Amino acid sequence: MSKRIPARDRMKILRTQMPEQDAAQRGHNFLEVNLGLPAECAQQESMRCIECKTPTCVSTCPVGVKVKEFLDLILDGDYIGAAAKIREDNALPAITGRVCPQEDQCEGGCLLGQKGGKSPLAIGYLERFVADYEQASGKFGMPPIAAPTGKKVAIVGSGPAGLSCAGDLIQKGHKVRVFEALHEIGGVLVYGIPEFRLPKTIVRQEVDNLRRMGVEFETNVVVGKTVTIDELMSGEGYDAVFICTGAGLPQFLNIPGEHLNGVYSANEFLTRVNLMRAYKFPEYDEPVYDCKDKDVVVFGGGNTAMDAVRTSLRLGARTASIFYRRTEVEMPARKEEIHHAKDEGINFQFLVNPVELLGDDKGWLQAVKCIRMELGEPDASGRRRPIPIPGSEFVTPVSLAIIAVGTTANPLIQSTTPDLKTNKWRYIVTDPETTRTSKRGVFAGGDIVTGGATVILAMGAGRQAAKSINDYLTSGVWETKAEEASAT
Amino acid sequence: MYQIVQAKLLGRNIKQFEIEAPRIAKKQRPGQFVIVRLHEHGERIPLTIEGSDLVKGTITLVVQSIGKTTYLMNSLEAGDAILDVVGPLGKPTEIEKYGTVVVVGGSVGTAIALPAARALKQAGNHVIGITGSRTKELLILEDELRAASNETYVMTDDGSYGEQGLVTKKLQELIDSGRQINYVLAIGPVPMMRAVAQVTGAKGIKTVVSLNSIMVDGTGMCGGCRVLVGNRSEFACVDGPEFDAQKVNFEVLMQRNNMYRESEQKSLNEFLANPQAELQRVRESCKLRELEEKTRAEATHV
Repeated sequence: MSKRIPARDRMKILRTQMPEQDAAQRGHNFLEVNLGLPAECAQQESMRCIECKTPTCVSTCPVGVKVKEFLDLILDGDYIGAAAKIREDNALPAITGRVCPQEDQCEGGCLLGQKGGKSPLAIGYLERFVADYEQASGKFGMPPIAAPTGKKVAIVGSGPAGLSCAGDLIQKGHKVRVFEALHEIGGVLVYGIPEFRLPKTIVRQEVDNLRRMGVEFETNVVVGKTVTIDELMSGEGYDAVFICTGAGLPQFLNIPGEHLNGVYSANEFLTRVNLMRAYKFPEYDEPVYDCKDKDVVVFGGGNTAMDAVRTSLRLGARTASIFYRRTEVEMPARKEEIHHAKDEGINFQFLVNPVELLGDDKGWLQAVKCIRMELGEPDASGRRRPIPIPGSEFVTPVSLAIIAVGTTANPLIQSTTPDLKTNKWRYIVTDPETTRTSKRGVFAGGDIVTGGATVILAMGAGRQAAKSINDYLTSGVWETKAEEASAT
Repeated sequence: MYQIVQAKLLGRNIKQFEIEAPRIAKKQRPGQFVIVRLHEHGERIPLTIEGSDLVKGTITLVVQSIGKTTYLMNSLEAGDAILDVVGPLGKPTEIEKYGTVVVVGGSVGTAIALPAARALKQAGNHVIGITGSRTKELLILEDELRAASNETYVMTDDGSYGEQGLVTKKLQELIDSGRQINYVLAIGPVPMMRAVAQVTGAKGIKTVVSLNSIMVDGTGMCGGCRVLVGNRSEFACVDGPEFDAQKVNFEVLMQRNNMYRESEQKSLNEFLANPQAELQRVRESCKLRELEEKTRAEATHV
């Protein structure tokens, strides 16, 4: 039963604050910025829920976490039970509690936030609280696993979509094996998102939990090269395959000077630092450009741009700047990341776009030439289109430039699976309701279908795929609207 | 974990490894490469595959000690293991019947050119093999190249073996002698490949080179290996590693390959000061991985 105090009193409680590592200090280390809530704050925050009849926090969550139910368990002091409740819908609570854009999802849907002067319930902080509590306790509420079905599923890619799909399918009694191209499990969670936002030990623990449930992992397999989809299905006997390889290829700006030394894609910069631990060079072998006392500029306004610029600061950059062609309002990054970046002293330049990268005679970057922009009419994304202001070019000295303007589809699988339909951008075409592709037994989801998105949306696709795969494996019926979808 | 079943010194600082990697052995084609990581702190480096044995499930790699990782790898012996090997990556060499082809291998590049020479001969081409190096001790796989070619020339810069001169000297002679050459494949140090491109470019002979740009993931994800080819940006790992030599911007390639020179030197110096510690790390990393795999296998059997 609810132990909540009267609604009027609940409304008087202020939203809890997340304790943070001091901004001046954290700018020089890779330790996590957010420190996590103490139990009494979690209790107090859970009390704030006004128990809406139709909870929009659930309908705005891509995986439909049962918010009120896990809050009730927190109020009961049953934190392990709360974690188990989240896990029914979300295989990776310690991760989503840290990286979800809650302001656009559960917390965006929270009615509290829509009442004058009130802040929404801190659902993300609470999710992280119970997941961290569970991990620290060493206990793990193993969900029930159905009897073996004898069916085998191959999951291609170990990022958020793959892990969430694996977590759901293993509970249905299917044999699940996840193939990963890199040497470490986790995809973007280990190569993309930095340690200070998502410690790698958290990812490893979530992966270990999946192993305990029976999921198998094989690293160093580039599906499409090491083995093809057809070979997995005919030679290795997989009954279904879920492709969730992410949006692989980094986009460049196609401006002069992109081949200069000192110009990185955000993917390369972050992979060197996160996956390869180049921030610990020479203890780790992989080097990265030495940012110490240098001026660093990152082009872009998304989470990847924030991650890159804050990483360069931690590597000792003298100045670390974001150059974005629109304004702060249009930035796609999570609000908390922008806020953290500002506190740490990141410099933001809005309405500027690079037109040329300038180097010395040895091929090293020296400066960037930019042009100022103004906002015009809204474009297809609904955001106002940036337009260059003629004659407003200016040159800024810079030693390291990082390009974080998005990614495109990696064609490795598509090129060796001719009967897999793709669209003109080479993304895989699926039936939006079932994640089924044009090829029998093959499903796809996450960034390789939608283009670059977020961890939680990929996890949502993974869940959707798991349900559809289970339907297919139990019924044997294959129906897909991928063909029609590809025509539109 | 990938077991080394054989390790053999081919020349000074050049070693040939036979490594258990059944999935890769089955799929690899001439011109493709793998990425290896030796231990938990290791970097990822690309190495082109020399060949494979389908029965044993092994691939062959030939490694020249240049930086820390290659020095460390060349201190490994049969019975040791490598933590991570992934591949085959990149596009295979385009094997067609061109007519008369010249396959040029510069020192360790000969190992990479060898499987292509074999395949080209098998496709009905008349294969002329040219192998060269600075000096005799760096010359490798001469007998193998002779077996794979219809005619073979051996060059050393200092004349310590074979004919004195660069590989391009021999190539120029063949062209000047009026022989019809339809296709050239050149694999070796960047200056050599650039020189070959100049010699054949003057005659408009189709020429392909294999580029060794710096890579991390090797699957197109990071873009670090980008090269300028015909003024377009191409990724050596997925669009290559082989490209039309006349279109490659070799200056940009050399500049980019110099990007980490200082760090590389530092790493190498630290390694050379205490190579045993690093060797120990390889063995410990592999032992740990073996234990993990064993424990998991046992857990799933219960």
